[in-house]
Amino acid sequence: MSVLTDDTLPAGPRSIRDEMIVFAAMAALLAAVPLTGIYPFFVMQALCFALLACAFNLLIGYGGLLSFGHAMFLGSAGYFTAHALKVWGVSPELGILIGTVGAAGIGVITGVVAIRRQGIYFSMITLALSQLLYFIYLQTPFTHGEDGIQGIPQGYLFGIFNLAKPTVLYYVILVGFLGGFLLIFRTINSPFGEVLKAIRENEPRAISLGYKTDQYKLLAYILSGTLAGFAGSLKVFVAQNASLTDVHWTMSGEIVLMTLVGGLGTVFGPVVGAFVIIAMQQYLAGFGQWVTVIQGVIFVVCVLTFRRGVVGEIAHYFRRSL
Amino acid sequence: MQALYAQLLVGLINGSFYALLSLGLAVIFGMLNIINFAHGAVYMMGAFCAYFLLNVMGIGYWPALIIAPIAVGIFGMILERTMLQWLAGLDHLYGLLLTFGMALIIQGIFQNYFGSSGLPYAIPDELRGGMNLGFMFLPIYRGWVVVFSLIVCIATWYLIEKTRLGANLRAATENPTLVRAFGINVPRMITLTYGLGVGLAALAGVLSAPINQVRPLMGADLIIVVFAVVVIGGMGSIMGSIITGFALGVIEGLTKYFYPEASNTVVFVLMVLVLLVKPTGLTGRATT
Repeated sequence: MSVLTDDTLPAGPRSIRDEMIVFAAMAALLAAVPLTGIYPFFVMQALCFALLACAFNLLIGYGGLLSFGHAMFLGSAGYFTAHALKVWGVSPELGILIGTVGAAGIGVITGVVAIRRQGIYFSMITLALSQLLYFIYLQTPFTHGEDGIQGIPQGYLFGIFNLAKPTVLYYVILVGFLGGFLLIFRTINSPFGEVLKAIRENEPRAISLGYKTDQYKLLAYILSGTLAGFAGSLKVFVAQNASLTDVHWTMSGEIVLMTLVGGLGTVFGPVVGAFVIIAMQQYLAGFGQWVTVIQGVIFVVCVLTFRRGVVGEIAHYFRRSL
Repeated sequence: MQALYAQLLVGLINGSFYALLSLGLAVIFGMLNIINFAHGAVYMMGAFCAYFLLNVMGIGYWPALIIAPIAVGIFGMILERTMLQWLAGLDHLYGLLLTFGMALIIQGIFQNYFGSSGLPYAIPDELRGGMNLGFMFLPIYRGWVVVFSLIVCIATWYLIEKTRLGANLRAATENPTLVRAFGINVPRMITLTYGLGVGLAALAGVLSAPINQVRPLMGADLIIVVFAVVVIGGMGSIMGSIITGFALGVIEGLTKYFYPEASNTVVFVLMVLVLLVKPTGLTGRATT
C-alpha cells in the first residue's frame, strides 16, 4: 500500500530543530534575492510553483495519494482571482480570498468523488476530473477560451502595498509562500499529520484503530487543493494573466515532476524541485518541443535511478530528515 | 434522424477505440500492475507507422494493419525489458510516473518533427464509398472499423479467457511465484503481455488513421477519456472493458446529437456518477 518504499523514506527520526534551521536559512536567502540582481520575475514564478508543489507533496508524501489533477486548483483559482480583479474590480486581498475559497470549493466537490478509490485509480480519477474542468473552462465565456484573461490590474494590497512595483510584489509573494509553507509544516507535524502518515503506511490498520480514514484523506485533499489554489491566486499577480495552460494536464504533470525531482515526502524537496524545473524551462525556452522530451527523460531517470530526489538524497546521506 | 444515426455511428467508432485501448490497459494492468500512461503515445505510433509504411515504403493499408501493431508491439517489449521490469516490487504509482515520462518523450519527439497539424492517410480502395441501408448512408470504412474492432476484442477475450495460454496468464496474475514453480517463464509472459497491450493500441491507431488525421497528439487527450472509461468499467474483467468501451462511445455519440455542448465532458460526468453510486466501477471487484 505504501507509496514510498523504505529506501525513499527519510532515514532516522525527524528533527524539527534541523528543519527549522533549514527553513530560516531558506527564508533569509529568499529575502535577500532582490539585493542580488537576480531577475525577480523568475524567482516569484518559482515561489508560486514551489508552494503549489508543497501542497501537492502534502497529499502524496504524507497521505499517499498521487493527484494527477492538481492543475485544476492552480488554474481555477487563477481564473477566479483574475475575473474578480478585472471584471468586479475588487482589491487584491479580496481577489486572493475569492480564488482560494473557490479552489477550496472545488476541492470539496472533487474530493468527495476522488477519495472513493485509492492508489492508481485515485490518480486516474483526479486526472479525469481536471480534464472535465478543462473542457468546462474551454466553453464558458468568462474564461475567454483560448485567449485567457489578460491584462489583469495588480492594484494596492490592503490599500498600501503597490503590487505594480516588482520589489513590493516580490516580498508579498515571498510572505505568501512562507506562510503557506509553514501551514503545511505545521500540518505534517500535527496529530492530524501523524494519522495521515499512518493511513499512508497501512490503511486497514488505521481503520481498525478506529480512524475514519476517508475523512482524514478528504480533509488532506481539501487542504492541499486550497493551498494549491492560493498559489494559483498569487501567480495571477506575477503573470498578470490566467489561461487554459494552467488547467491543462501537462501542468499537472509538471507539478508531479517538480516534487519527484526534489524528493517525494521531503519537507523542502518540492521547493528545490520547483526551482530546478522552472530554471530549466527558462534556459531551454529556445528549444521548443525538446523541453517536453527533456522533461520526459527526467521523469524516466528519476523513477529508475533517483527515486529519493535531490533533497531525499542529501537527507539520506546525512541520515537526517529534511 | 439521419444526423442521429450518423452520430451513433461516430459513437460506435469512438467506442471501438475506447474498447481496444481500455482492453489493452486492462491486460497490462492485470499482468504488470502498471497503468500504462504511454498507451495514447503508442496508439499515435501505430497511426504514424501506417503513414510511414505507405509514404516511405509504399506498403498499403492491409499489410500495415498487421505490420504496425507488431512493430509497435516490439518497441513496447523493448521498453518493458529495458525499463518497466525494474519497477517490479515498487509501488504502482512509479509505473504511472515512468510511463508518463515515456509518453512525454515519444509525443515530444514526434511533435518536433511533425508539428501539431494532421497528416492525411487515404482510405484503402476496397473500403471506399458507402452503402445505403435505407434508413442511413453507411460509409464502408466506418462500418469496417466497428466490425473489425469487435472481432479483435472478442478474439482477445477468447485468447485470455478460453485458451491454455490465457489460463497461464491469468494464473500468473494471481500468483506469479507459484506459476514459475510450474516451469512457466513468467518474465517472458509479462513482456509478451505488454507487447500485446501495446499492439492493440497500435492497431487502434492504424484503424483511426484514415478517419482522424495522423497527429502527434492524437492519443494524448484520448488516453484521459480512456482512463475515465477504465474507472467506470473497472479493470477486473476483459468483457467488462469491451462492453463499457462501446457503450460509452455510443452514449457520447448520442450526447453529440442531443446536447452537443456536453459531448466532451459526458464520459467524465458519467465517471463521477458511477463513483458516487458504485465506487468499485461497474465490473470491478472490491479490491483497490
